[in-house]
Amino acid sequence: MSGEEIVTVRGKTGGDWGIFGKFLYGTYIIWLRDMKRLIRDKHQFFGSFARPILWLLILGMGLRPVFTVNDEVDYIQYIFPGIIVMSLIFSGMWAGISVIWDREFGFLKEILVAPIPRTSIVAGKVMGGATQALLQGSITIFFAPVIGLRFAFFDILLMIAIMLIISIALASLGIVIASRMYSYEGFGTVSNFVIMPLFFLSGAIYPVETLPGWLKVLVSLNPVTYGVDLMRGVVLGMRSFPLTDDIAYIVGFGVAMGGLAVLLFRKY
Amino acid sequence: MIKVDRLVKKFDDVVAVDDISFEVKEGESFGFLGPNGAGKTTTIRILTTLIPPTSGGATVDGYDIKKESDRVRESIGIIFQEPSLDERLTAYDNLYFHAALYRVPKREIKPRIEKALKMVELKKFKDKVVNTFSGGMKRRLEIARGFLHMPRVLFLDEPTLGLDPQTRRVIWEYIRNLKDDFGVTLFLTTHYMEEAEESDRVGIIHKGKIISVDSPENMKKRIGRDTIVLSNSDGNERAVRSLGLDVVRAGDKLLVSVDSSEDALKKILKGGVSLENLAVKRPTLEDVFIELTGTAIADESGGTMDVVKQAVRMRRMR
Repeated sequence: MSGEEIVTVRGKTGGDWGIFGKFLYGTYIIWLRDMKRLIRDKHQFFGSFARPILWLLILGMGLRPVFTVNDEVDYIQYIFPGIIVMSLIFSGMWAGISVIWDREFGFLKEILVAPIPRTSIVAGKVMGGATQALLQGSITIFFAPVIGLRFAFFDILLMIAIMLIISIALASLGIVIASRMYSYEGFGTVSNFVIMPLFFLSGAIYPVETLPGWLKVLVSLNPVTYGVDLMRGVVLGMRSFPLTDDIAYIVGFGVAMGGLAVLLFRKY
Repeated sequence: MIKVDRLVKKFDDVVAVDDISFEVKEGESFGFLGPNGAGKTTTIRILTTLIPPTSGGATVDGYDIKKESDRVRESIGIIFQEPSLDERLTAYDNLYFHAALYRVPKREIKPRIEKALKMVELKKFKDKVVNTFSGGMKRRLEIARGFLHMPRVLFLDEPTLGLDPQTRRVIWEYIRNLKDDFGVTLFLTTHYMEEAEESDRVGIIHKGKIISVDSPENMKKRIGRDTIVLSNSDGNERAVRSLGLDVVRAGDKLLVSVDSSEDALKKILKGGVSLENLAVKRPTLEDVFIELTGTAIADESGGTMDVVKQAVRMRRMR
């Protein structure tokens, strides 16, 4: 056959990297592929940026005359942190969708037989979802001056850090759902059942304090509530729960979902 | 290279793989032949560490599939029965990510991809997105991908399933060339006889059990006898019988089962037998399969093959 002999080295692929090295490298490769797909899929890419801005304008402008938060904060400003978190929810589910997609097209098997730890498949997918979430959230932040919000540089860094924590937690949730879903349609249905309550029961678009008792219980069980509260604390300086509660709930939820995702993926 | 020891896999109450043991030597190609549902894919999934066995064990490249599954995965490559490409990426990107997943040294990735694409004649389509490819092109790309990280053992699960005969021949040419070039042990499953004939050794699997492991030649030799087909007329049958040959009537044909078709043909030529529609059938793997299992591997209808099968079955009953 083709006379050129370029390929001569055989042996164990790569050499010994140690478990941690293999994990980091595997995570990077899985993440890199999802990024490549994201860039390639232009509709998904730009469409996902338009969504939060549309929601902000429609919901904010529509409900502004009815809601008064207080003298300093406009309603459209009030829901701004909630809209950012909403785009994080959608991107988190996107991580789940990409798993379903890979299973549907058989590519998941290619990853599952590859010599990378299962944990790094989960981590790569989670980081892929989180990266997309961060991009979307950041674009929304660029939009903030239009509705009269200005941030100090340090606040922006803080917001990015918070977005990262929330989006890792939500992407893990997406993977947990996807790991037991075998059809695209099924995932769509379930994720709608998850996205809607996560968003509407989070205090993203109304204050938590004045809710009736039963609704208050539901809202305080929703981990996203604490993410929104954390964001609103930075954006507007107002908070419904103690800072430590916010951090504990959202980080705890992230760790639990991440662990569960890894556990479920091990069994493939 | 592969050692399988009393492997069992049950799905609930269904026994998919029933206590099988066999060995595959380094550098050989080993064909796993059996009808759909015989347990071929299940065996591959166990050997490639995708599912654990119910009991028994196996080693691949010296590594235990249960305890050292990471090591096993570093040693193997697999071409799946169903497509497993990223349809939204280009051919090059698909190969690139595969090489990266298997930690092929960075400076080697590009030349290896170029070489692999050239061998399966997809170089022109390097930067085309895979969802524009035909079924045969996708298969070729998957085959190139399977060899890319130079596995010690390459598993091929029905590599040509669903492809037309011409594409199948071409795919086999690629596989042969790549095997020679990269020097790898092949473990393939198939229910096509012609493909099994390509293998150095064949394992026949039926209802989860291995019935026989041997080279295709030895297997055929073991069931021995050739079959001479003649047209069926009264005079003809009498003439053949008078030569002391073993005759079975089958429709408009006479089937003469002989140890050596050369000797028998010499007799028939001298014995005044009508040579109308003369044909000589050597035993095929299909015959071996029928002989060993009592059933045909694929349901073919019409044609001489059916008649021959019938005759073989009749002989078994005697």
